[in-house]
Amino acid sequence: MPSQREIRRRIGSARNIKQITRAMQFVAASKLRRAQEATLASRPYREKLDEVIADLAAVMSGEDHPLLEGRDLAQPHNRLMVVMTSDRGLAGALNTNTIRFALREIVDHTGDLKVVTVGRKGRDAMRRSRVPIAAHFEGFGDRPAFTDTLPLARLVTDDFVAGTYDRVDVVYSRFISTLTQKPVLEQLLPVVPAADTEGIPGNQFLFEPNPDEVLRALLPRYVATRLFQAVLESKASEESSRMVAMKNATENAEELIEDLTLSYNKVRQANITREMVEIASGASAR
Amino acid sequence: MTLRLEIVTPERLAYSDDVDMVLVPGIEGELGILPHHTPLASLLGMGELRFRKDGLEEAFAIVGGFVQVRPDKVVVMAETASLAAEIDLEKAQEARRQAQRALETGFHEGADLSAARAELQRTLLHIRVAERHRREGPRARS
Repeated sequence: MPSQREIRRRIGSARNIKQITRAMQFVAASKLRRAQEATLASRPYREKLDEVIADLAAVMSGEDHPLLEGRDLAQPHNRLMVVMTSDRGLAGALNTNTIRFALREIVDHTGDLKVVTVGRKGRDAMRRSRVPIAAHFEGFGDRPAFTDTLPLARLVTDDFVAGTYDRVDVVYSRFISTLTQKPVLEQLLPVVPAADTEGIPGNQFLFEPNPDEVLRALLPRYVATRLFQAVLESKASEESSRMVAMKNATENAEELIEDLTLSYNKVRQANITREMVEIASGASAR
Repeated sequence: MTLRLEIVTPERLAYSDDVDMVLVPGIEGELGILPHHTPLASLLGMGELRFRKDGLEEAFAIVGGFVQVRPDKVVVMAETASLAAEIDLEKAQEARRQAQRALETGFHEGADLSAARAELQRTLLHIRVAERHRREGPRARS
């Protein structure tokens, strides 16, 4: 049986941990709200852009833009994978899940594959698994701005157009709800336009200056938008996952404190009883 | 007869309301859009978007834009869109000085010269739009 003092020390440290995890839980909750709002606010732009690209694709006779150009993906080909994780840990199983998901895809791929990591956790994991890292980005902060993702988008599109890679994917954690985040893989390049179903069919639009130039201006922006959205989704996932993890940690600490308090009282009681017996036996010995 | 105007950026829905008329900085000149316009999709230059609502005129500074026009709706997509009334003139002028300094010294942290030039143009636009707004305010027009 540990001594009274030893147990008291452990109760103290469990209390300290509980305070920290509880603070982190509240911080994550407020950051989550912001991240969730940002994710929702970015959706209209993306949807609109999807629609316009679909309109354009309907007008243009086929693959006359380098970002749309399909390549033979049945053959072994060069792939680039953008893997988005968080910079900081203590976010439950979030990063582990995303990384495991990405690694499974990487192992299954035949041919060359490189990754671009966004977030420190992903970089560390890829390094450990000896996956070649083409580039690394981090520090988008709590409020990622659209301009933050432009260098990443530029890098990815330039390399694709130059023919370094035949296909570019992005792996990130999609925010479904506070309790569920799911790692997903989306093909970024070549761009696959959605079907032209929404609104007015593309061929009724007058494109200025002409469809070709509009497409040329919009496709790079489309890629940047998709990446920006993935960053926002990852951020929301990170904060919600951290919030839940910290909530569990706080509850565990509470339980631990309860258990320790119980054994502390037991030890104290035992000590008192022992002392009483000692006094009693001492008195009767006289 | 009104026209729905929506201005969206990757970061937010900047504006959404019914207006009477929209003037957008098309890449080949300014485009005026009234209700029942023929379907049109055009790239936009960096510039000033003006619209009239209930006889009052307001403006947005638009960068990196694209417009989709339908008979009942105008959707503007832009990388950034700032309402003239919300542009902080002092801040914009400070940004211009910084951009100019960056260009003169040929050094811009973490970016190249073309980024500095784009930044300068952007701040100049913001200043122009904000100054005009300050000068004229939301005016009544028939």
